[in-house]
Amino acid sequence: MPTLPVPTFTQVVFVLIAAFTVISGLGVVVARNLFHSALLLAATFFGVAGLYVMLEAEFLAVTQILIYVGAVATLITFAIMLTRGAMHGETNPLNRQWGKAALFAFLFLVGLLGYLGGIPWPAPFQAIQADEGLIARLGEQLVTRYMVSLEVMGLLLMVALVGAILLARDDKP
Amino acid sequence: MNALGLLLPELILLVGALLVFLLDVAYDTDRESGASYGLVSGLFLVVAFLAAFFQMSLEPQQAFMMDIDAFAAFIKMTVFAGMALVALAGGRYMNRRTYNQGEFWTFFLIVSLAMSILAGANNLVLIYITIELLSITSYMLAAFFRDELRSAEAGMKYFLYGSVASAVMLYGLSFIYGAVGSLDLREVAGFFVQPDLTEELRVAMIPATLLALAGFAFKASLAPFYQWAPDTYEGSPTPVTTYLSTASKAAAFAVMARFFVVGLSALDVEWVPILAGLSILTMTMGNLAALRQNNVKRLLAYSSVAHAGYILMGLVAVAANAASGMDGLNGVLLYLFAYLFTNVGAFVSLMAVEETTGSVEMEAFQGLIHRAPWLAGMFTLFLLSLAGIPATGGFLGKFFVFGAAVQHQYYWLVAIALVNAGIAAFYYLRIIRTMYFGSQEDAGSRLELPLGMQATLLICTLATLWIGLYPPQVLDWVNTASQQILTAVLF
Repeated sequence: MPTLPVPTFTQVVFVLIAAFTVISGLGVVVARNLFHSALLLAATFFGVAGLYVMLEAEFLAVTQILIYVGAVATLITFAIMLTRGAMHGETNPLNRQWGKAALFAFLFLVGLLGYLGGIPWPAPFQAIQADEGLIARLGEQLVTRYMVSLEVMGLLLMVALVGAILLARDDKP
Repeated sequence: MNALGLLLPELILLVGALLVFLLDVAYDTDRESGASYGLVSGLFLVVAFLAAFFQMSLEPQQAFMMDIDAFAAFIKMTVFAGMALVALAGGRYMNRRTYNQGEFWTFFLIVSLAMSILAGANNLVLIYITIELLSITSYMLAAFFRDELRSAEAGMKYFLYGSVASAVMLYGLSFIYGAVGSLDLREVAGFFVQPDLTEELRVAMIPATLLALAGFAFKASLAPFYQWAPDTYEGSPTPVTTYLSTASKAAAFAVMARFFVVGLSALDVEWVPILAGLSILTMTMGNLAALRQNNVKRLLAYSSVAHAGYILMGLVAVAANAASGMDGLNGVLLYLFAYLFTNVGAFVSLMAVEETTGSVEMEAFQGLIHRAPWLAGMFTLFLLSLAGIPATGGFLGKFFVFGAAVQHQYYWLVAIALVNAGIAAFYYLRIIRTMYFGSQEDAGSRLELPLGMQATLLICTLATLWIGLYPPQVLDWVNTASQQILTAVLF
């Protein structure tokens, strides 16, 4: 009698976190109330942070929680709560194309799994050494090699801020 | 020359954008300030153009994940020339219609900056972030007349399509990173030429490329990602439409060229058929839709989709050492350069008619020859150049792109493109017929054009004729630019 493979502890934790992320992500799309969608979105962000922890990217996980859960999701919930009539009832109605969209998304998933499932992805190139200053190196890279990217990102945030105010403000000067 | 000096065009635009922004914050602005902001923006664009012109003669080198080579410099020149012309012609149009002039000109310079970085970016992170900067700023410019329903719709559609496209693109790029372990295009290229590369990994790059292509194709308005284009082009303020259909397209093709020709050169067996298919689809869909339009702005929008299909042919037929000197890539550059002046001219003619009659329907062009003979004459030239009639810039662009495809023996592709060019000539000639043979009674009064538009139209006319009749200088530029890319590539 063949022995059943016993999953390791890491595998069990991964499956739990992944299932949590996928289910709450699906919930964001199918929830009929906009506020529920927003809360489920925050849950998805938490799940993704969990995956980062499992990949030994703790800094990324903390940043994910600080920015996405702490700022983005909170902002979205506030925006929904401050919008009249968006809190209760079916505020997130399905449109007529949802059936086709679901079918297409499912086929896309199947196709991608079929295509990419058996690929022997190369292993990570460098192993992380003990007490290596990862965050320090990240910071250093950001202001040297990735300097232009960082500056462009800053510019992008400024433009987005100015543009959002411009499009949303309701009085004329 | 130190590394920061190599970013001169970008730094000039950054300073310009922040200057306009700070001036707008620091002073009480009134409706008159727009003209001076426009002037400042135009000046900074011209200086940036000169800096890019200077970069044409530099040795190819790299700085901050950007390639500083003749290819990037040529695209920058194209983009800056287009943006400066749009500022010259459309500045008054925008300033008269909006209170937020400081913001408009800031965004205008930032869009130019984003396209300039895109021309040289050789790292997937920088490419992605800069495409986002370009897109997000463009969404806001498209929706700039937020009180007008059409403009708000234009911005909204652009935003919805664009955010999905860039998410899909990021997914595709992540597969490339997963396989290669590097974001640098040269390292990506090096990875795929190594002999012990497994066949599975090579195959895995097909879906990755397709996904990444979604983002690029969206920016270049290629089928099947062009549905936003007609609505956005029609609803946006006309100056915004003008740069979206010319300069923005040039930047998108520059990124695609670098991504495919430099990054994935070893996988050309995989991506050439994909791009060929997209090219055929794009030109056919664009032309068939343009055929049925009665709104000239919408017609030009669909025709701009079709032109993206022709330009893509050059990328399909790219070849490292072509005997005839048509290596595909120089066709792309030449086409983009000629198309820029022609299409800016066409849209400015449209803007002129819109300014004076308030309409962009075909009827507004009825008997234009009696009301504004010079405008009608120049618009005719632009339409002929779009159709690819010899002695215009558009012909030379088509000639080089088609020639590269013939040389590759892609006869079926050339045949389809020729049929398409025939269809396109039909609807361009329809506009010309309306302008010349409309009845004189309902022609209305003469049109008086503002000076900025007259100057722009004149520059575009001269440039279109210059490229068409005496091209050696331009050919020299595009050959240098394409050779610098292709000599480094292993085909």
